[in-house]
Amino acid sequence: MAKMTLEELRKLRNEKQSALQKRDIEGKDSRIVIGMGTCGIAAGAKVVLDTFLAALDEYKLEDVSVTQTGCMGLCYVEPTIEVMVPGMPNTIYGNVDAQTARKIVEQHIIGKQLVTDHLFDRPAADIIQKDGGR
Amino acid sequence: MAFRNYILVCGGTACESSRADQIYQNLVQECKDQGVADEVQVIKTGCFGFCEQGPIVKILPEDSFYVKVTPKDAHELIAEHIIKGREVTRLLYDKSESRKHAKVEDIQFYQKQFRIVLRNCGFIDPENIDEYIAREGYEALEKALFEMTGEEIIDELKTAGLRGRGGAGFPTWMKWNFSKQAQNDVKYVVCNADEGDPGAYMDRSTLEGDPHSVLEAMTICGKAIGAQKGFIYIRAEYPLAIHRLEIAMAQAREYGLLGNNILGSGFDFDIEIRLGAGAFVCGEETALLQSIEGRRGMPQPRPPFPAVKGLWGKPTVINNVETWANIPVIITKGGNWFSKIGTPDSRGTKVFALTGKIRNSGLVEVPMGTTLREIVFDIGGGIANDRKFKAVQTGGPSGGVITEADLDTPIDFGSLVRIGSMMGSGGMIVMDEDDCIVDVAKFYLNFTVDESCGKCAPCRIGGRSLCNILEKITAGNGVPEDLETLKSIGRAMKMGSLCALGQTAPNPVLSTMKFFAEEYRAHIEDKLCPSGTCKKLVTYSILADKCTGCTACVRKCPVGAITGEKKQVHVIDQSTCIKCGACLETCKFGAVVVQ
Repeated sequence: MAKMTLEELRKLRNEKQSALQKRDIEGKDSRIVIGMGTCGIAAGAKVVLDTFLAALDEYKLEDVSVTQTGCMGLCYVEPTIEVMVPGMPNTIYGNVDAQTARKIVEQHIIGKQLVTDHLFDRPAADIIQKDGGR
Repeated sequence: MAFRNYILVCGGTACESSRADQIYQNLVQECKDQGVADEVQVIKTGCFGFCEQGPIVKILPEDSFYVKVTPKDAHELIAEHIIKGREVTRLLYDKSESRKHAKVEDIQFYQKQFRIVLRNCGFIDPENIDEYIAREGYEALEKALFEMTGEEIIDELKTAGLRGRGGAGFPTWMKWNFSKQAQNDVKYVVCNADEGDPGAYMDRSTLEGDPHSVLEAMTICGKAIGAQKGFIYIRAEYPLAIHRLEIAMAQAREYGLLGNNILGSGFDFDIEIRLGAGAFVCGEETALLQSIEGRRGMPQPRPPFPAVKGLWGKPTVINNVETWANIPVIITKGGNWFSKIGTPDSRGTKVFALTGKIRNSGLVEVPMGTTLREIVFDIGGGIANDRKFKAVQTGGPSGGVITEADLDTPIDFGSLVRIGSMMGSGGMIVMDEDDCIVDVAKFYLNFTVDESCGKCAPCRIGGRSLCNILEKITAGNGVPEDLETLKSIGRAMKMGSLCALGQTAPNPVLSTMKFFAEEYRAHIEDKLCPSGTCKKLVTYSILADKCTGCTACVRKCPVGAITGEKKQVHVIDQSTCIKCGACLETCKFGAVVVQ
């Protein structure tokens, strides 16, 4: 790049800022966890993951982090994902494809409305206490 | 497309020497091999500060903190963590079942820290200017060039209350103001990166992890005082820091952030690197300037101070790396913000290099006013191997020791002087009960004697004399009068030496004599070294009632000083014994004792 003017520097900073903010997890209250066990991947979790990343980028949702986890135990409705948004119950969605993923971003994360036709329950209560039993 | 994972590999010198570069290469290769290269960004970043547990690899957004990673772990990290989303538990910092997921904020080491200077270390890629820019980089320069006058910049530093982090704690704004007011066509800005205290590596890590912060700050100073040329004086033995600085400077020039007409403002400023050969005295500002001029690095009498008459006789602002790294933040966030951190005496934070007999060696940045106990026990995790705390040495060869009694003193420039030590550049060496205090004093004295430039007699002759007396005491030939002699030579050096090197060289001796007089007396009067460090004052012997006659020590002794038949009590011949301690390590029955 050639020498910059003040405006160009500011523009570059704005562009790069959002790229770097994705790396920062502080202040990211919402989280999408994608079940990426063998079952999930085989059922298309990879495409779902890509769709989430693309959609979040599109809507410039910078306070949502996307992480992956192992099999959630709902292999019959893979791919499964869990969405955690402050002020809303932690929600597990099953049978998520690219289209549903987009709908979850638009309806659940932006609109704060559950996507009811894909709701599933946790297969069993979590026996690990949040504070590690201490 | 956006990346789904970011792998941050520590690229500080400590981790690099544990093959972090190979880990980085392997991770990049594995990403390609396993087909995720375009979804995962592998970044080599600056020092995380947690050097004890290095090499460190952090994976985001899960915030998994992997420690002691080896190059061959790369395959598993990609295959398990990235592809399957399962953390590699065996490499996590906290492996306990209940806390499988050790987040960075859960690690005690980081909890009491507050990072201003190290804000970008371990987060950005220091070789990529875009990442620095994205983290508010060069925003302070914009402000300084387009919105502020030189006076306003200096006023902001005054409001902030920033004091020089090189050791003396001189108010930074005053230095700048002197240079600004000096009438001259040519002025200079110098960065002192000649970090020389044993065990200190704050400045090296800052340059390695965030070189642009220093470049930006120096340019701001150029604008404030009216200088167009800067020098970074760095020792040649910091190759990685030099390499990253060179990359950073090239990128800044390309972007027009260094050079002529910066950002179209009409202001010109450029920086040159000058390599030092690693003489400790060149960390002293006047000697450093001599060295930049191509002369032998020897201190000059002050006044005139460099701020008025420095490099080639021109007004020169010289600050150390850590001071520079604070400045962009002060300009961006304002002096008021900065002045709320720390204590009234010392604003802001301080970076310490925590080393010695400590569980978590590393680089820590804490607000001024944090107590030593918090640093040593909460952040540092206490003394390694469950030994007992003895003292902390701060301020390097110019400082003193701090004992248990003063551990709760909130640290700032003033309080450390009041308890007989000093801030120095931030080296903090922790000692336990196995360290001999006389030996420690001797170590520092030997260092300053080696590094004395020899120009003035008090330092050249006084240092050598102190050293000789300590040598005599640790050899068991000390006499009670020696203590008085040590004190009077020390006082003379303090009063008569030309520069801070000689003026402060006696500090380690005087301070240890003050707090550990008993230990000195034991060496002199009882000819005993309580910690068993001084070889000539130690005797190894075998307790008859504990010796089983196994002959293990007889076989191990390299000089054949131990005699004894099987199942008979063994004896050490004191005239042959070289006090290597091999018998002590070998004996399984605790029969060998050292006194």
